Amino acid sequence: MQWDVVWNNFDYFLWGAFPNGPLGGLAVSIILAVLGIFGAFWIGLAAGLMRLSRNKLVKLTAVFYIEVIRGIPLLMLIFWFYFLVPIIFGSPLPEFHCALIAFIVFTGAYIAEIVKAGVTALPSGQMEAARGSGLSHYQAMRFVILPQALRNMIPSFVNQFVSLTKDTSLAYIIGVNELTRTATQVNNRTLSAPTEIFIAIAVLYFIVCYVLTYTSRRMEKHLARYQARDR
Amino acid sequence: MNYQFDWNLVLSGQYGQWIVEGLVTTLQISLVSIGFTLLLGTIIAVMRMSKFKPFEWFSFAFVEFFRNTPLLIQIFFWYFGSYSILPDSVNTWLYDHDFEFAAGVISLTFYTAAFIAEEIRAGINSIPKNQLEASRATGLSFMQAYRFVILPQAFRIIIPPLISQSLNLIKNSSLVMTIGVMDLTYMARQVESYSFHGFEAFTVATLIYLVISLIVSFSINMYNKHYLIQIKY
Repeated sequence: MQWDVVWNNFDYFLWGAFPNGPLGGLAVSIILAVLGIFGAFWIGLAAGLMRLSRNKLVKLTAVFYIEVIRGIPLLMLIFWFYFLVPIIFGSPLPEFHCALIAFIVFTGAYIAEIVKAGVTALPSGQMEAARGSGLSHYQAMRFVILPQALRNMIPSFVNQFVSLTKDTSLAYIIGVNELTRTATQVNNRTLSAPTEIFIAIAVLYFIVCYVLTYTSRRMEKHLARYQARDR
Repeated sequence: MNYQFDWNLVLSGQYGQWIVEGLVTTLQISLVSIGFTLLLGTIIAVMRMSKFKPFEWFSFAFVEFFRNTPLLIQIFFWYFGSYSILPDSVNTWLYDHDFEFAAGVISLTFYTAAFIAEEIRAGINSIPKNQLEASRATGLSFMQAYRFVILPQAFRIIIPPLISQSLNLIKNSSLVMTIGVMDLTYMARQVESYSFHGFEAFTVATLIYLVISLIVSFSINMYNKHYLIQIKY
């Protein structure tokens, strides 16, 4: 075992060639995941609420988006943005942007389902009472339903964030310089310790994801106390 | 946008044949992996339920580790990294027998087994405890009780989540293109680089994945409607 290959390149795994060159490694993975989940939240919230709309056209648009995106592999979606954006716009987009847009569109569809489930899980009396006290449908959503539903959804959002963190490794395929790519670069350069390098990278991802998974489990227990129930 | 669509090019001839070959490879690697996943997932889940602590710890560590690391890294680990751990004879054998496919199957199996083990555990937990006690009391051994009483009931409950995990596996199998397994995604990419007609190739591949996924979710819905049993306490 040649663990010194890992230790010698450890800062490269964490932030690439940062002070002297572009940021890379785990730092880029985390930036991708954070920006991705932020964008996906808004898309998912919109699509989830559209999915619950009584307007058939709005609802069908959301269903189409959710079903199509959930039905295809993320890798396929990344290729769509990577190869087709140049065709449509005439000039290619930077890889980082391609990957980020693909992650947002992909995760948005999954968050939409979480939002839909979260809103339907609230007792229907909440909506009726809010409407009964004189709020409009929009106001009832905004001030009564969503604050409760979103709080209950936080653990699911964290789980989605874990998935996204793992999925950022796919950005490697179109050449974004994130953790997986730094690992393959070092592997191609040294050629002597693939086992050690990939174990080290797996452990780095594991630490980030496990901490989040653990947090979400703790939160789930904690938030259960505040849930509105039917009885 | 001056792009000439040429659907015929992708749907027939050499390129069409590539796409079909890719689909066959995707289905092959998925089905083989699903089989192994069910086996491994059940073993891990039963180990997690056992009273013997090391078994429990092992399966806990297995599930947490494989669930919280990216599939792509696991694929790279098995493909590039297993060389220095395995004995030379095994390596030689593997290189003669489609190592890419084997590494793909192993990584998909381990990754999905970690998820499926949790589903199976939930299924086993939903079977009332007295079922196990009653079957032990009738003289069955622990293994027999699981084999003949608990697992058949548990599996009936968890078929829908198992099917949806299998669908995830089919979609995830697109990642094995990174190590050179010529699956559907690999072939779409191949057509793109040979003909520069990526749009058509990716549309066809996407539609194939979409049809598979719609069939699967339709069958889950049918199952839920007709066969799902509720255990009464």
